[in-house]
Amino acid sequence: MNDFGEAFRLAGQMLIEFDPGLTGIIGLSLQVSLSAVLLASITGLPLGAAVALFRFPGRKIIIVVLNAFMGLPPVVVGLIVYLILSRSGPLGVFGLLFTPTAMIIAQFLLITPIIAALTRQVVADLWLEYEEQLRSLGATPARALGTLLWDGRYSLTTVILAGFGRASAEVGAVMIVGGNIDHVTRVMTTSIALEVSKGNLALALALGIVLLTLSTTINGAAFLLQEKNRAHNT
Amino acid sequence: MTDVSPPSPSILPLKLDNVEFKADGVRLIKDFTCTFNHGPRSVIIGPNGAGKSLLLRLCHGLIPPSHGSINWTTPPASKHAMVFQRPVMLRRSVEANILYALKLNRVDRSRHDAIIEQVLSQTGLKRLAKKPARVLSFGEQQKLALARAWALKPEVLFLDEPTASLDPSATHSVEQIIDAIHNQGTRIIMTTHDLGQARRLADEVLFIHRGRLLEHAPTTRFFNKPENDLAEAFVNGDLLWWKLGKDNRGPQNKRQKK
Repeated sequence: MNDFGEAFRLAGQMLIEFDPGLTGIIGLSLQVSLSAVLLASITGLPLGAAVALFRFPGRKIIIVVLNAFMGLPPVVVGLIVYLILSRSGPLGVFGLLFTPTAMIIAQFLLITPIIAALTRQVVADLWLEYEEQLRSLGATPARALGTLLWDGRYSLTTVILAGFGRASAEVGAVMIVGGNIDHVTRVMTTSIALEVSKGNLALALALGIVLLTLSTTINGAAFLLQEKNRAHNT
Repeated sequence: MTDVSPPSPSILPLKLDNVEFKADGVRLIKDFTCTFNHGPRSVIIGPNGAGKSLLLRLCHGLIPPSHGSINWTTPPASKHAMVFQRPVMLRRSVEANILYALKLNRVDRSRHDAIIEQVLSQTGLKRLAKKPARVLSFGEQQKLALARAWALKPEVLFLDEPTASLDPSATHSVEQIIDAIHNQGTRIIMTTHDLGQARRLADEVLFIHRGRLLEHAPTTRFFNKPENDLAEAFVNGDLLWWKLGKDNRGPQNKRQKK
């Protein structure tokens, strides 16, 4: 119980004092996770919608693979990215290992299947409702893709938030490809893992509270925005 | 919308030749042959499950026939539209729903505002232009669906039970809009199982039962002197009690009253 009390005190103190070490870690965490979410959304939203709308050979296999990859083990993804980016790997020449870019790549690979698979489901459900009307108005599936992504925007915001949740909570992959280097690749989750391994449980818990606060704030802001728009455009 | 003449060249007449539609091996539309010419408003009537909505979807090209042919006189691209029994509103404002249809059909951008203004006025929805379409009442949504279709100036408009589930007042408004659309040169082909509505709106009636066209006649003659005994039973409200022949009646054993 002492650890919990100490953790809350420390968390409050770090946030109030704008601890420079902590703000650097928070900044990098947000930079990595939001970049990965942005890239995964740009890729996953149209990919999921396309799989929902178009009929082509191998479509069912893609659906199964996307669904299965929603549960990709982060350490496996981390290991694969590590092997690809290491000096002897195919992309070793770019020197990306142990950089924030490597962490973004790993998180991108982890959350793109989540965003694509959930988008496919949202768009497929919407297509059931809209198909006849859109075809009657003259829309091809290619044209309908943008329409359905727009009309499904409220559900898709939740899909993107699910991706962000996975990215911000992820530790295994970024630890492997980032290396948890202080002031370079140390993020919230890897800091927590480090403090636990050092036996500094109160500080680890405090960092956990800060991480939860951040995540809740972002999700809360997205929810409020969603509700405001929904009220104006059901 | 001031131009009341149908676009040229006309896509009519629409000819259905021996059309059949099967789903899961069951023939839902059978040996359907008929021609829709310029002019009259056609109302397709028949009991639930007769195949009325299916027939409209076949004509509109949403589903292909399993057998037979459906031929427009010229390629029908963008010249026919359809309003469904349950209109689907996009998640945007009333005017944006119409704008979407105009953009999709590549209507000249400079005409968008005028067309939207006109169809909203003619359907009584102008005051709701900025409202989200999906918060409108069912009757208002049906009017918006008509406005959206009307904005495209179709030569033929298919209406699938457009007043099902509407109260008498909303039904009256929708019928007035249908009349106005017809008066501006659009050919109306609609389904209903409301015989009163068929009397009010139809110039000709097609009676279908179990996927077969059993009678195609001018409205007055159909209601005063139906030639088919199933049609007569339907008009008299007796179809539910009408006993089918032992071989379940096809056109070949359709009994004519004379």
